[in-house]
Amino acid sequence: MRNTFVPRRFRQVIDHEKCQRCKRCVMGCGFGALEFQGRVVPSAKNECVACHYCVNVCPEEAITVVENPLKYRWHEVWQPDIIMQATRQAETGGVLLSGMGNDRPWGVIWDHLCLDACQVTNPSIDPLREPMELRTFLGRKPESVEVEHGPNGEIRARTPIPPQLVLETPVIFAPMSFGSISLNAQKALAMAAKDLGIYWSTGEGGLHKDLYPYADRAIVQCASGRFGVHEEYLRAGAAVEIKIGQGAKPGIGGHLPGRKVTTAIAETRGIPEGTEALSPAPHHDIYSIEDLRQLIWALKEATEFRVPVSVKIAAVHNVAAIASGIVRAGADIIYIDGFRGGTGAAPTMIRNHLGIPIEVAIAAVDTRLRKEGIRNQCSIIAAGSIRNSADLAKAIALGADACAIATAALIALGCHLCQQCHTGNCSWGITTQRPELTRRLDPAWGAERVANLIHAWTEELKEILGALGVNAIESLRGSRDRLRAVFLDEKTREILDVKAAGE
Amino acid sequence: MTGIEQPSQLAAEDSEYLRIDAKGLHYRLLNERIREAIGDGRKYIEVVNVHGQRYIGDGIQAHVQIDIYGIPGNDLAIFMDGAEVVVHNNAQDAVGNTLNSGRVIVHGDAGDVIGYGMRGGKVFIRGDVGYRVGIHMKEEPRRKPVLIVGGTAADFLGEYLAGGVLIVLGLTDTARRGTVVGDYCGTGMHGGRIYLRGTVEEDHIAERFAEKYEATEEDLNAILPDLAEFCEVFGFDLDKVLAERFWVVKPSSRNPYGASYVPNP
Repeated sequence: MRNTFVPRRFRQVIDHEKCQRCKRCVMGCGFGALEFQGRVVPSAKNECVACHYCVNVCPEEAITVVENPLKYRWHEVWQPDIIMQATRQAETGGVLLSGMGNDRPWGVIWDHLCLDACQVTNPSIDPLREPMELRTFLGRKPESVEVEHGPNGEIRARTPIPPQLVLETPVIFAPMSFGSISLNAQKALAMAAKDLGIYWSTGEGGLHKDLYPYADRAIVQCASGRFGVHEEYLRAGAAVEIKIGQGAKPGIGGHLPGRKVTTAIAETRGIPEGTEALSPAPHHDIYSIEDLRQLIWALKEATEFRVPVSVKIAAVHNVAAIASGIVRAGADIIYIDGFRGGTGAAPTMIRNHLGIPIEVAIAAVDTRLRKEGIRNQCSIIAAGSIRNSADLAKAIALGADACAIATAALIALGCHLCQQCHTGNCSWGITTQRPELTRRLDPAWGAERVANLIHAWTEELKEILGALGVNAIESLRGSRDRLRAVFLDEKTREILDVKAAGE
Repeated sequence: MTGIEQPSQLAAEDSEYLRIDAKGLHYRLLNERIREAIGDGRKYIEVVNVHGQRYIGDGIQAHVQIDIYGIPGNDLAIFMDGAEVVVHNNAQDAVGNTLNSGRVIVHGDAGDVIGYGMRGGKVFIRGDVGYRVGIHMKEEPRRKPVLIVGGTAADFLGEYLAGGVLIVLGLTDTARRGTVVGDYCGTGMHGGRIYLRGTVEEDHIAERFAEKYEATEEDLNAILPDLAEFCEVFGFDLDKVLAERFWVVKPSSRNPYGASYVPNP
């Protein structure tokens, strides 16, 4: 008999006619949800999470995963998820923990925004045969630029240009620490970033010594836990980022459970092995914008003003005013993470209910910075469930300079969104530190798949630009007139500064 | 503090010595001058007329000594890696912030958040310190930060402590008026040790996370070299310091939050 009233969510169905009893599925399941008792059977103790690893390693295609057909009586308000949550809490008294991003049906504003295209009156451009400029510079821009001619006739800037990150396509990999993901997963992203001419981010877990060769393509984070933050690390990175908040868990800290703090993670973070890695909710040296300014300039001093300093915040109610303060505090890049953003682990209620969608946050911040005449002083990176090149194009049209992606990149590494990152059992070797699981993720294989994804998005983005009749991403940036809204209320349209379709 | 020390009168022609007058100098220029001096091979740099300049010694990776006369601003020796900084006066907030290695000596009082996230090295404060001192200090097998306060500390001492040693000695007049530490000492601590000398009220220790007991001989032996060094730097009598009772605050668990969470079904 089960010792919980929470029903199983999934069932593995094994076709025993096809099964050759090779046990790859049994050995492959990070959750121990399959057992071999003369033949492969679902485990009595551990439950299937629908990560599909077994399905994919089965050479005979003998496994299917189905939803448990066990029904609750239908109730619009008391959905099965909610009943199960209350049941688990009644049984354990614990705070619910989730992985990945917000899974509640809040709706996605991207899906209510249409991009424009040229017809007759201005010609569209064929990106397959004409040049298309996607190169993006992230960092503070001067008020104006004076140019001069060099001795060989080349044009160069006379105005000093502050340090910039140079992206060949307007995408970066969002911060995911060594700890939240495996070293192999981080290495795959680092290799892909180097190959693509974009950037990856260390997250708040420091930079493992094996990844220093990829540091010139890394944004190194300085978060409240200050894990692995030291002078060599700060100097190694292409940019330094102060992590204030994360879209999946605004306003709260984090903790990597002691069982995940392996020797390598302990070394990289500079903490004793097996102890919890606690990230305080605030930086305790930052209680105000003035204090933020203090850390921004401390980091600029530490890097001798050679790299841009980014500040990452979660999109919350007053995001525009906060962003204005951050820019005035001296940040060169502001990274805004919307409330559908992912996480290795966050309390479920926080993940699902705190913060605001990235779409409105981009628009609100961009508008505010323009109105105040300081938009040139910083670049905007937007993140929080950018799912494809269309979301990317719409984010840029709303005012983002570039987008950061995490979930999409993890999907390229095999992730099936089973949302069990917090358990540390990831069968795909991504969000786990168990060596028997992490070693199945080959960084070179992963890097190629991630690079494929970004190449594909890049081509699609060029096609979108071509259809819009522009030949540079710069021409789409903040060009909200190229967007129209369907089924969005008037106030939201006003904040987005986007007309209704047909207007 | 009283009796402000005067700068040394070393010969100006000593190639390893440089005096920098910080009067009216912006911190950015001051730090540039210091980095330049280190680049020129100076081993001993005196900075005089310091008046609140921030980030002195920020990220310095060199075995040099920097003596500061006047009051330095916040984030003194932040990210510092190997140098020695001596302040012949009071210091402000966030001294030794995320210090990697080296030693910071303050001959007066210091403010809040001293030694935040220290990874290694030593911070010695002669007088009293403010709130949230020594929070989230860390530790590795071959690197262990040490923070010693001669006077008293306010609330949240050693919050989130993950490693290292924090010592509060209560040698100042402030200590004689009450206890050596404020409320919530050791809250969220899950590693390291806090040593408190003198009177400590039971309810000042965050009992959910930490337990307090009287230091054993073994406990004291573990910190004796650091205590001796501290006493030598400031001219305290080690025997007198050791004559008073010491308390040790140690974490109850290395994983204080593990049991609080359950997976979302």
